[in-house]
Amino acid sequence: MDPVNTVGLLSPWEPGIFSLVLFGALVVGIITVLHYISAVIGEQKPGIEKSRVYESGIIPTGSARLRYPVPFFLVAIFFLIFDIEGAFIFAWAAAMGDLGWAGWFQISFFIIVLLIGLLYIWRKGGLEWGPKPGK
Amino acid sequence: MTLWISGYILLLVKFGLVLGCLLFLAAYLVWAERKLLARLQIRYGPNRAGKFGLLQPIADAVKMITKEDIIPAEADQSIFLLAPTVVAATALLMFAVVPFGESLAIMGQRIPLVITDLNVGLLFIFALSSLGVYGVALGGWASNSKYSLLGGIRGAAQMISYELALGLSLVPVVMLAGSFSLVDIVNAQSGYPYILVQPVSFAVFFISAMAESKRIPFDLPEAENELGAGYHTEYSGMRFGLFFIGEYVHIQVLGALTAVFFLGGWHGPFLPPFVWLLVKMIFIALVMIWIRGTLPRLRYDQLMALGWKVLVPVSLVNIIVTGAVILMVG
Repeated sequence: MDPVNTVGLLSPWEPGIFSLVLFGALVVGIITVLHYISAVIGEQKPGIEKSRVYESGIIPTGSARLRYPVPFFLVAIFFLIFDIEGAFIFAWAAAMGDLGWAGWFQISFFIIVLLIGLLYIWRKGGLEWGPKPGK
Repeated sequence: MTLWISGYILLLVKFGLVLGCLLFLAAYLVWAERKLLARLQIRYGPNRAGKFGLLQPIADAVKMITKEDIIPAEADQSIFLLAPTVVAATALLMFAVVPFGESLAIMGQRIPLVITDLNVGLLFIFALSSLGVYGVALGGWASNSKYSLLGGIRGAAQMISYELALGLSLVPVVMLAGSFSLVDIVNAQSGYPYILVQPVSFAVFFISAMAESKRIPFDLPEAENELGAGYHTEYSGMRFGLFFIGEYVHIQVLGALTAVFFLGGWHGPFLPPFVWLLVKMIFIALVMIWIRGTLPRLRYDQLMALGWKVLVPVSLVNIIVTGAVILMVG
């Protein structure tokens, strides 16, 4: 089944790209209207105390453009690697019926390598957060 | 030409109904959550506005619209304004690929009861849920508040971690249905829902979905008692409202997706198809509220350990096993 084609591209009867674009426009429109309404009829009394950042009543010191811990960066890197590998698995899953056992053996090898990679970053401590107990 | 114009009008009516339903249900899901949570904690919940507090969502909406929209002095203005829009828009757009029935026949024409039947519908959902991370991360960063920054970073790290498990848990569904299109996936479940053959996938998907929607026990990005409200500490008025709409629409969409992937979508006896989808959606949403009333919040290392050390390996092994079983059965 291939619902996105050029024949019914602008037809309102087809559940294709046109329908999606119109829906997207409607969604953005509704959100814009909500922003607009609240900007028009919302209360507007600016003040120094109001526009100060909330830190539980204490006057904030310094900027909040802080450096953040390395584990967050590591998670982002791992995500990139595993997500791309996930894309390969998805491509196989869609064509699984045609590929048969040969495809299964190949993807199994791929997934096992992936699992070994996960085990490696696990052993290396890439998935650990905070200090280790006993240190 | 008249056919085209009537087609456009019907299309707009369909969109209006879908969006109206989603936003109305989002408002009343907030009410249901407050009411049910209150009952679970042995108190009454909202009961002043209308009978059983049924007018509470309307009162909330009026309040949010008329409240002052405060932007912190040091905030990054344009990104600060953009973030809630991203959160709400991605949640609403995700519903575009969810089928809510067979096609209707009006005026000799077929009206599909789905907004768009993309052949890569599942990937579309992943793309939007990845974009949703931007709303959280940028909202937290742009506020220039330490609480918000922490909430935003936590949210981004949590959402990308669980997105991996979410994606991998759906590979067996794609294998069974042989298609990325949500319409095909629902049609493939006309005999039996996939939860019967894929309980492991279902569990992984449901846990990841709860983590994606940042709800207790995974609500570390918001964590009221340590971060204020996390990434939306600095938001007020309608922008806060948009974060809220985004969150509750997201819950509904995840309920609908759970129904589509594992519970047979709109298939069901006796009742009309869209009622079945609605029932399944609301059931999942109520289960999420129940879990919120039952479980405590996880610690951050526990959260990450659950995602990376349990859900990802389990779903990878599940893929291999499912593939072998499908090929053996034929």
